[in-house]
Amino acid sequence: MATNLKPVDAVIVGFGWTGAILAQQLCDAGLNVLALERGPWRDTPTDFAPTFAQDELRYMWRHHLFQNLTYDTLTIRNNADQEALPMRRLGSFLLGTGVGSGGVHWNGQIWRFLPTDFLTRSHNEQRYGKKVTDGLTVQDWGITYDELEPHYDAFEKLCGTSGKAGNLRGKIQPGGNPFEGPRSDEYPTPPFVQTYGPTLFGQAAASLGYHPFPHPTGNLSQAYVNPLGAQLGKCTYCGFCEKFGCGNYSKASPQTTVLPYVMAKPNFALKTESEVLKIELSGDKKRATGVTYVDTAGQEFFQPADIVILSAYVLHNVRLLLLSGIGQPYDPKTGEGVVGKNYAYQTMSSVNVFFDDKLMNPFIGAGAHATVIDDFNGDNFDHGGLGFIGGAYIAGMITGGRPIEMIYTPPGVPAWGLEWKHAAAKYYLRAMNISVHGSSMATRGNCLDLDPTYRDALGRPMLRMTFDFSENDRKMTDYLSDRAGEVAKAMNPSAVKVNKRTGSWNVTPYQTTHNTGGAIMGTNPRDSVVNKYLQSWDVPNVFSMGSGAFPQNAGYNPTGTVAALAYHSAQAIVSQYLKSPGPLVQP
Amino acid sequence: MNTPSLDRRSFLIGTVLAGAAGLGGAASRHDGGLGAPSETLRGGMPWMEGTADAPPGVSGTDFRFFTAAERAFIEAAVNRLIPNDDIGPGAVEANVPFFIDRQLAGQFGRGEHFYLGGPWKKGVPEQGYQSRYSPAQLYRAAIKAIDAYTAKQFGGKNFAALSESDRDQLLKDLEAGKVELEDGVDAKTFFTMLLQNTKEGYFSDPIYGGNRDMGAWKMIGFPGAHYDYSEWVTRHGEKVPLEPVSFKGRRGWREA
Repeated sequence: MATNLKPVDAVIVGFGWTGAILAQQLCDAGLNVLALERGPWRDTPTDFAPTFAQDELRYMWRHHLFQNLTYDTLTIRNNADQEALPMRRLGSFLLGTGVGSGGVHWNGQIWRFLPTDFLTRSHNEQRYGKKVTDGLTVQDWGITYDELEPHYDAFEKLCGTSGKAGNLRGKIQPGGNPFEGPRSDEYPTPPFVQTYGPTLFGQAAASLGYHPFPHPTGNLSQAYVNPLGAQLGKCTYCGFCEKFGCGNYSKASPQTTVLPYVMAKPNFALKTESEVLKIELSGDKKRATGVTYVDTAGQEFFQPADIVILSAYVLHNVRLLLLSGIGQPYDPKTGEGVVGKNYAYQTMSSVNVFFDDKLMNPFIGAGAHATVIDDFNGDNFDHGGLGFIGGAYIAGMITGGRPIEMIYTPPGVPAWGLEWKHAAAKYYLRAMNISVHGSSMATRGNCLDLDPTYRDALGRPMLRMTFDFSENDRKMTDYLSDRAGEVAKAMNPSAVKVNKRTGSWNVTPYQTTHNTGGAIMGTNPRDSVVNKYLQSWDVPNVFSMGSGAFPQNAGYNPTGTVAALAYHSAQAIVSQYLKSPGPLVQP
Repeated sequence: MNTPSLDRRSFLIGTVLAGAAGLGGAASRHDGGLGAPSETLRGGMPWMEGTADAPPGVSGTDFRFFTAAERAFIEAAVNRLIPNDDIGPGAVEANVPFFIDRQLAGQFGRGEHFYLGGPWKKGVPEQGYQSRYSPAQLYRAAIKAIDAYTAKQFGGKNFAALSESDRDQLLKDLEAGKVELEDGVDAKTFFTMLLQNTKEGYFSDPIYGGNRDMGAWKMIGFPGAHYDYSEWVTRHGEKVPLEPVSFKGRRGWREA
């Protein structure tokens, strides 16, 4: 029997980026806020001090900061004809846990989606005809770039983002991304200085007529104090960003940007190691009364709240909606229902470039240290006759030279033996990677639901993921990988290896932790779970944050858009919902 | 800023646990979840002395997991995966067998970040690791099964007694999944894990027992656990003459 606790105004489920942003916004509005985080507290000096942060084995390969699958995992399959089996080891994506969660061990790649990315169906059908979306269940987002622009700006300023504007209030700027939507302001700190490899990539891309620019980054080019008074330091290029915490306060994370401010608020409290089991509903299922959670001692508590913010990772948010009976579960057979619909991912490929005569020194790196071209992303190029929609950015990128993960060997070299060792010895310093970061379009069969067989350590059904790359995305990634290969060849290397994305989605090799969809946003309850304010259509005092809201995924890292949507939601809660609790959009 | 407060009962439990379990306890506090009692935090950024999440390095030279026969197998195998020559150390010279032994005797060997619950089905390759075995169990079963296989194929010899070229060929066959092994051991799954663990022991920080004298780092030119390369960012293509460094000997790190 759960113990009843004193009510709060808002309970926040999961304390990563969106939980921290919502806590700050709602506390500033005077609400009494409690955040529940299933993992431990984490802070820079205790958990990722520079004396021990650069540990590839422990963080990358032993998953020290990631979700421990012993207690909770999901089941996976490529299609409905297969039986889903548990993901027994982390691989393709690295789920976070603990305070800050993925915001601790991300790369710090901060992007805005293109204006046309929010109009995936209508824009592409208008330009290329209705046939172009055949076989896809892509949707418009129900929100525009212009509505999100101020919130993108707010997140970039929170993080101290280093970059160069390419489009300031409609005027194209030299040195930035000319394809981006209009920005209201320049980046808060100057662009990241590039090492040799990304510089060569930029020169090669420019020689082919493309438009290279420095990747916008939350690894900071100079010291910065953000609007909440948090101080960040200049990045030292240690090369341990993604999968690692930053010991140097140089990477934007909840810890370095929001927590010093929000943790000091008298109307805020955080409970760690407290996992929410369920959102509890009123008898008519139209209102959430609070959440039930369990602590590590196995004690259950009912926490009453007027507002429930779901800000766990997308996969947990979707499962909590399903377990709580909020919204109609999606059925891929009929196409009816919404919760779990349009699960999407990211379609990644890469090109390795080798130089007999040049030192790349890959250990001098940072999470978003790259020179990028956006010429083949979204609808920045003519897709006529190509047979697909969407695209990718292509990045000459050096995130680090961590040798267990990042030794590239030329084509034909075996994975072990003397020949491998000699190639590793020769090319570790003389190779670099080009990343092709592609979109993922939704299909009818790619979805999330509850597994009928497997249960987690708390006895709840695991989430079941059914996913494979669509025909559309296979054509896209093939086309984009060839373009990346051409840029690689223009760098005058001694060898090039194009690693295309072939075959079905495989859970083992790391690809990216950009899972999206399942709690998608839209203009009406028939085809979406939440409205443009991330408010549940069915239970209007529940707001579901995160990339679960993406109706399909664009060719960019999602965090910028995730954060912008969170700010947009928080603003609506504070300025509209609190005055008149109820649906913010009438269906 | 207010003084951070902790729920007193949780704080006491946390302190007792960390004290009783020593460094291992401190590490598990931070690891993945369910490591510590729930805490209520308010009034500022909490910080507790003596809870830094220093890595659980190894000490001693004794093998704790492998039997003598298993150790002979591992040495004979990793010696072929990364052979020794004058370009750089082989896996045996880099102390990889000891590294793997200590990994298998610890959290990794027990599969502490794996989900190993049932039911157990083979699935398709895209579904990844589907064994019931923890890594330690898989090594134990696989070594026994491979030795049984070579005994049949090579007139009673175990793997360690084979010639270099026979070992190379068998490793290739394991890699390709061409060998049927007893006790439900999937050859390819084991080979993949062995190769991965070998590269881990070769290239990880020496605090874990492998990468002896940072020989693998010296061979490739990786400077190790430096944290500031600022002065080298714009010196394109120059040789960076930094000697590699390990966590060993640093403030904040001690042997377990």
